[in-house]
This record gives sequence, C-alpha cells and structure tokens, in this order.
Amino acid sequence: MTTETQTDNKEQARLRWQCRRGMLELDLFLQSFMDKAYENLSPEQKQTFSVLLETPDQMLLDYLTGRVIPYDKDIADVAKKIRLAAGPDA
Amino acid sequence: MSLPIRKFDTLVIGAGGGGLRAALQLSQADANVAVVSKVFPTRSHTVAAQGGMNAALANVVPDNWHWHMYDTIKGSDYLGDQDAIEYMCRAASHLVIELEHQGVPFSRLDNGKIYQRPFGGQSQNFGGEQAARTCAAADRTGHAILHALYQQNIKAKTHFFDEFFAVDLLKDKNGFIIGALVLEIETGEPLLIEAKTTLLATGGAGQLFRTNTNAKINTGDGLAMALRAGIPLEDMEFFQFHPTGIAGRGMLITEGARGEGGYLINKDGERFMERYAPHAKDLASRDVVSRSIATEVREGRGCGPNGDHVMLKLDHLGKEVLDKRLPGICETSRTFLHIDPVEEPIPVFPTAHYTMGGIPTDRFGQVVVPVDTGEEPIPGLYAVGECACVSVHGANRLGGNSLLDIVVFGRAAGNHIIDYLDANRYHHAIDDASVEKAMAHLQRWDKKGDGESVPELKDELQTIMEQNCSVFRTQDVLQECLNQVLQIESRLQNVRLKDHSKVFNTARIEAMELENLVDIAVATVTSALNREESRGAHSRIDFTERDDNNWLKHSLFYKEGRRLEYKPVRMKPMSVETFPPKERVY
Repeated sequence: MTTETQTDNKEQARLRWQCRRGMLELDLFLQSFMDKAYENLSPEQKQTFSVLLETPDQMLLDYLTGRVIPYDKDIADVAKKIRLAAGPDA
Repeated sequence: MSLPIRKFDTLVIGAGGGGLRAALQLSQADANVAVVSKVFPTRSHTVAAQGGMNAALANVVPDNWHWHMYDTIKGSDYLGDQDAIEYMCRAASHLVIELEHQGVPFSRLDNGKIYQRPFGGQSQNFGGEQAARTCAAADRTGHAILHALYQQNIKAKTHFFDEFFAVDLLKDKNGFIIGALVLEIETGEPLLIEAKTTLLATGGAGQLFRTNTNAKINTGDGLAMALRAGIPLEDMEFFQFHPTGIAGRGMLITEGARGEGGYLINKDGERFMERYAPHAKDLASRDVVSRSIATEVREGRGCGPNGDHVMLKLDHLGKEVLDKRLPGICETSRTFLHIDPVEEPIPVFPTAHYTMGGIPTDRFGQVVVPVDTGEEPIPGLYAVGECACVSVHGANRLGGNSLLDIVVFGRAAGNHIIDYLDANRYHHAIDDASVEKAMAHLQRWDKKGDGESVPELKDELQTIMEQNCSVFRTQDVLQECLNQVLQIESRLQNVRLKDHSKVFNTARIEAMELENLVDIAVATVTSALNREESRGAHSRIDFTERDDNNWLKHSLFYKEGRRLEYKPVRMKPMSVETFPPKERVY
C-alpha cells in the first residue's frame, strides 16, 4: 500500500466524520453523497468538497438546496452535484 | 493503566444550546470549563430548531407568563412539574432579551419589537383565544442561538474538546461522578477528564426510530451513560412524534407552517382537524394532531397509493408569504420531494421528534435520585436540555418550549454549579475500578473476527421501535417489542467491527452509539409497557383514558434488573396556585 493511498483513506475517514451534522437534511445530503458519488470527484473537486464542509450548517443547507448560490464557482459546482444527487429516489 | 488526564472545574458533555448556555455562565464567572462535543459545536442539533422560543412578551397580542405556564402544564397532560414550569415561564422574557444582547437577530415587527408567531397549544387567558408567543429569528432560531452562544463562549475562554466522544462517566470511591472517559475521534486515543462537577447536555435519542426528524448524531449518549452509572431515567415512555414530518423521510415541516395558515387534509380533501380539535384545529397540541393524522390513516382516509400519509396544504398562502416566512421548508420539499408547496401539498406523517423523558433533575439542573423520604441531588452531577427530565414537558412538549428549556435550565445549572464550586474546592481521586470498567467498555470494540454488523442491527432496532412503540401502543405489541429489543441487546455481544483503524474511525463511534440506543430502547419500551393509561404522547389502545388516580406520577427506569420505580409529580408551583388536572380539550 502506498503512502498516498493511506493519506487518501485517512482523508476520507476525516471527511466522513465531517459529514455528521446538526440537521437531518444535511446528513441525508452529505452521507449519501459520500457513499455514492465522492469517489467520482476529481482531486480538485475533492479538495473543494472538503472546503465546502467547513461552511456553517444553515449556510450549507442554503447552498445544497440552491436557495443561495456560493460566490466561488468551484464550490457552487460541487454544491450543485450534491443537490442533484439528492431527491425522492436517493 | 496510565492514561493522560486533564483537570477542570466543570466538564460539560455536549455543545448544543443547553451545554453552551451553562458553560457560558461558568466561564463568565471564571470557572475552568471543558466542553466535550462529538461534532464541531455549531454542528450540534440545536442548529436545526426552526420554530422559535416561547416567551410572554405580548408584542403581538396580550400575553402573560402565567398563561404560558397554564398552557405548558395543560400541554404536558399534567405530568409536568409545576415548580419547574413556573420557573421557566417566569424567566422566559428576560432570557429572550438577554439572547438578543448576546447577538441573536430576532425577527422584527413593523413597530421594531420582536416578532412573535402563534404556535400549537398557546392560549390567552388560560385556554382562551390563540396567543402569539414564539420569538423567532426567521426559520433559523436554533442556529442563531447556537452560534451566538458559541461565540460568547469563545470570548469567555471556555475550553473546547471538539470531536471527542464521551464513553462513560467516572466515579470516585464514594460513587460520586467526577468526570468522564472520552475518546479523541481524530486519533482514537482515550483521555480522562477529571472534574469537580459534570454536566450532561447530550440531547435526545430520536435515532431510536427509523423515521425521525433528528440528525444522525442524536443517539442519546448521555442518557445511556447515566443508566450505566446506575442513575434512573424518568418518563422514557413519553416520546414526541411531530405531526408533520415528510412521510417516509422524516424531515421536519415546522409547526410554523400551520401557524402561518397551512392546514392538513385527508384523501377526501377534508380539513379533518376541525373534527378532532374544533377550537384550535391544526394548531392543537402536537400529540393531539399526531394521533388525529394516525387515526385518519388507520381508518382508511390516508393519501397516496398506500394510503399511508396525509397532506399539508400551503399553496393558498401564496408564493410571497411562503418564500418570506417559510423558505426552509419550501426548499426542503422542492429538493427532496421535487414538490413545490406553492403549487402542491406536502405528504406528511407523524415522525419521531423529541425525547420528553430523560435524566431526572430539579429546577437547578441537579440530577436527583429517590431516597427513602423523597429525592436527593447527586452532588456535582447536572443535566440540562433534551437529555434531562426536569420535568417541564411532562407527557408532551409544546412547540417553542425546547429552546426555552435549554436556555433557562442551562443558565440555572451554571449558576448552581458556581455556588457548588465555591463550597467544593478540591478534586476527588478517581476510583481505578471505574476507569477500568470504562476502558473495558471501549476496548470491547477491539475484538476481531466475524459477527453481525452495526448498521444492520441498528436498522433492525429502529424498525422494531417504529412499528411497535410509536403513536399507538398496546400491551401485546409492547411485550413483543420488548422481547425483540432484548434479543438485539444480547446479539450486540456478537457484533464485531471490520475496521480497527484509529484515525476518524466512524464505525467504532457508531458501534458505541448503537449500544447507547439499545439501552435507551429497553428503558423506553419497559416504561411504556408498564404505564397502563393514555397520557400525552403515550397513547395506549388498551387503556384509552388518562388515569390520574393511579398514574399521575413519574416513571423511573433503572438498568439493573430493568426495575421501575415511581415518584410523585410536583404539583405545587413556586408562588401561584396549583393547576389541578382537567380534561384536555383543544
């Protein structure tokens, strides 16, 4: 196993914990995204996802529901991916 | 066994509004305070409280703390302790203004006063016209309070242990609680936190039920830690089902939606709450509305292909009102259901929401246990908020009273602890046996090999609880439910983790959370099975009436021997006359 893979695993473990939030809606958005779609992000998008998780819960909910569009385009793109992955069938 | 130790005057476990309000009071008095939180503090579940905080400010219609007290007692189905309720309602207005000064941006009326919205169970003049008592910061009151309190704590130099999981309480040789064993989630390393006083503020246990409104972190950790330390849990049979969770998903549609004029309809388009609560209609108390919805569905008037929910109609309010007053629920519905409330009603069904029961405390937040002559506080141990049972919510909590509860009793506990620390200046020595027991609990999850999985067992537990111990209950079903929960308790011994890594091992935390939920499930079902009456949120099909002669009393469940005791309701308020039990009509 390479050191790079180990670092990647640790980062994923850290992010998985950061996906535990104070609101059910955020848990649903983030934990299912982490399970199903995180792997498909580019390395840059993974970094952006990590930055997005630093957002306070209510603002994060605004981003993910589309009520507020993040000023940073990269963050807005990742937020949109998470939003589209949710829905009645998620 | 040599473990790192940190020492503080007070250990606060949980960084929601209750824990932070207590910590702030203490830090401002120069006590040395540690707050342990398994998630970053502003990700605590208080952040999700949408509706607001009750206080009889009388900014919209006439109001009075005494009317608020009456509504809370009536709402509790007379199981609430009247001294604590008087204390809370009297303190409310002062604390709203204090929060405003601490930075909470309450919404405003045109005249500049704090906006107040009507909520279920509120009345003027002891059961008269609808009151408007709920102060709100748009639909994010909990968020505003939590962030304000966190920032005030940073300013007051409270010490935070972010992303530390509390495993078990620690004791001295005399059995007094003197801190906790905690686990640093990032490193997987244990740490002993020794404290002269310990305050539990770990929130509720909504994750007991499959469909619930709670964040996944709400696993009742403090409740289970108390049980394991030999402390009973009070009134655990009373679990609030919020009438309007999104059917099958759980997300909460705030009562504010009905406060603003939304109403419930069945498959015939009938506004059925007019039949169940002719006066208050859709704004009747939560337990009443939840049972009405469940009855509509049971009697075949549910909506959808399976007839398993009703509809919340909001479209008549218009886009402008919905976007301005209820933006959060509109977005939730659009995103998760692809339904726009401006055009279509939202499918809803009662959803597990709030743990009325909890660790028994008095109105100073001190944990109290029965002794021969009554009850006594456990020196140095406190609990506040949803994990505590003070008991201001009794058998059913009113909307807008939980944010009030955490602020009022967080502050009261802080004040009491300050006095306690004045009189008790020294740390007690930890009993090694207590550390070994807590470490054994933690290290049990290091066992390797094949076994059942945590997520599957949790899913099974939640399903059992939802199907057998929710809005309507019977003896046979509860007995079977208890048997099944006890089987899960024994199967838990065979669960093994596949992931034994140390860094951010979510699986290990989830395993300990499941242990906590199982302990709480046993307490909940046993208490529900034994209470042979219907009161508030506890509704028995086989005992449909409230029975004040035999059951106007609090349940106390002990883990050892699954024993139940009972204690009287405190019917005597602090200064006013008792509100004697009456039939509850809305």
